[in-house]
Amino acid sequence: MSIRFNFGGDEHIFGEVSEAMSLDSFFIGLSMTNAVKAANIKGVTEICPANASFQIRFNPDLIKPQDLLKELQSMEDAASKSDSVLKTRIIELPVYFQDPWTHETCMRFRERHQDPNSTDLEYSARINGFATIDEFIAAYSGQPWFVSMVGFVAGLPFLYQMVERQKQIQAPKYLRPRTDTPKLTIGHGGCFAAIYSVRGAGGYQMYGVTPAPIYDPTRKVRYLTDEMCLFKPGDIVKFKSVGRDEYDTLLEAVDANTWQPTVREADFSLTEFNKDMSGTNAKLMELINGR
Amino acid sequence: MAVKVISPGLSTSVQDLGRPGYYHLGIPEGGGMDRFATRIANLLVGNEPGAALLEATFMGPELEFTEAATVAVTGGELPPKVNGEERPTWESFPVKAGDRLSFGYLKGGARAYIAISGGIDVPVVLGSRTTYVLGALGGFEGRVLKAGDELPIGTGTGTSGKSLPANLRRPQISPAELRMLPGLYWHRITEAAGKRFFEDTWKVAPEADRIGYRFRGGAPLEFVEREQPFGAGSDPSNIVDACYPYGSIQVPSGTEPIVLHRDAVSGGGYMMLGVVISADMDLIAQLQPHTPAKFAPVTLDQALAARADNAKLMARAEEYLAG
Repeated sequence: MSIRFNFGGDEHIFGEVSEAMSLDSFFIGLSMTNAVKAANIKGVTEICPANASFQIRFNPDLIKPQDLLKELQSMEDAASKSDSVLKTRIIELPVYFQDPWTHETCMRFRERHQDPNSTDLEYSARINGFATIDEFIAAYSGQPWFVSMVGFVAGLPFLYQMVERQKQIQAPKYLRPRTDTPKLTIGHGGCFAAIYSVRGAGGYQMYGVTPAPIYDPTRKVRYLTDEMCLFKPGDIVKFKSVGRDEYDTLLEAVDANTWQPTVREADFSLTEFNKDMSGTNAKLMELINGR
Repeated sequence: MAVKVISPGLSTSVQDLGRPGYYHLGIPEGGGMDRFATRIANLLVGNEPGAALLEATFMGPELEFTEAATVAVTGGELPPKVNGEERPTWESFPVKAGDRLSFGYLKGGARAYIAISGGIDVPVVLGSRTTYVLGALGGFEGRVLKAGDELPIGTGTGTSGKSLPANLRRPQISPAELRMLPGLYWHRITEAAGKRFFEDTWKVAPEADRIGYRFRGGAPLEFVEREQPFGAGSDPSNIVDACYPYGSIQVPSGTEPIVLHRDAVSGGGYMMLGVVISADMDLIAQLQPHTPAKFAPVTLDQALAARADNAKLMARAEEYLAG
């Protein structure tokens, strides 16, 4: 695999590890951006890992674009051979699927959808071969997800489910993007889940909402006082399906600022994972449930 | 010292030279969309070039001063008035306690920069006073101004009568020429489509804001056929979600190009044709809806030469104002 480098105007270098999404590509991109960070290169102003690519922003008054490109290319070999071990954490996030708010929004924008006669959940369950919405939700919340990118808007995570490619849930984006998405909506587009950190436009299918804030510009939420954004690339997320009553209880606790998500330190090895996905996931989920 | 907002205009926000360093979290750099006008407005009133000021879009606010100050308005031709009497743009003028600053109709450009001596003294968040409206971050309570807001102003005096002559500013031409470096996913479109993209005259669409500028009126793109890569989505314009550079030109469904600006969404799943060069980002800030524009391909060396020309223009202006 060799990275496709490209200048994005006179201030960016874009590196595409692969056109298709895979955890292997994500890890190479992450190793590259970590190496750039560690190299502390003069003139580099932003280092952004993405799903299967990454982007470096630089000030061409401080470093010649061609010099930076050479420096990045010299890191490629080491990055693609790195052993893909990550000291990370697993975060459990409660999700109220089939909630009334995303349902209302989804009905409001029906004419922008591929299938105006189904809800987003009905449509996604059907095209992914699930007999019922409950089965679809069970698959969605049954296995953990990898944060493979943070962005679009502040603190929004893109999540890639840690299952074999043939089990990946896929769904197209809306034909035309909505002008509204409820805050903290769990959405899905392509093979990615996303959590909308703020209310706004969006094109992903909508499945549910979490009561847990994931971005707080005021830094008042008890677990967001140091960092405004909960997620960073490399985090592992496990959705926990909750009903209306539990959602309401959690929301009260969030509003009282007494709640925080369950977070456990975790070691992740891509090699181990690729050898035994369900075994690796079971161990990760034990960290959250096993007590 | 404070400034009371009597009426906010259409979309007026506190901006400075931006908040770099947080794009990996989806927080854009922000800052005045027209950086030249931002810096000059500040210099005219004796502020640091990166002090916080107001960026007014299409329509000016009405402001009341609680104390005397020096004011300058740069950028688009939005004529300032003090108690109803017109004042020049690109020139500092005095206001007294109780004076009202209002604006006439926009005569050219799209955004005016209103600097007040001392600068707007809202809290610094992540290293900047810039407002990021989508994320409700920074600026005045993380939002555009509303009637009744009271903006705190720092201390500073400034001298009135300082001005920057037109020959030290970059002229606006029509149709606007936006130079861009083709690349990123340029290979996704056919050669004929690429040629048409540069031949067509585009028009700024009404959906043009700090996040991005949409253009319409050109021919839809033809894509090179391929089997879509896993995870990208089914539309030929879809890619596996990637980072979006500032100035990048994405074309959802191949129809209407969108150039991302200083409040850019940091990433997404649409292919990009390349990136508008840094030297031409200010030009976009001053385009009104329906303005004609053309895209012109340049090489990296040409982009760097244009950047150097821009820096020279800025240096000449600074030298003039310092002298």
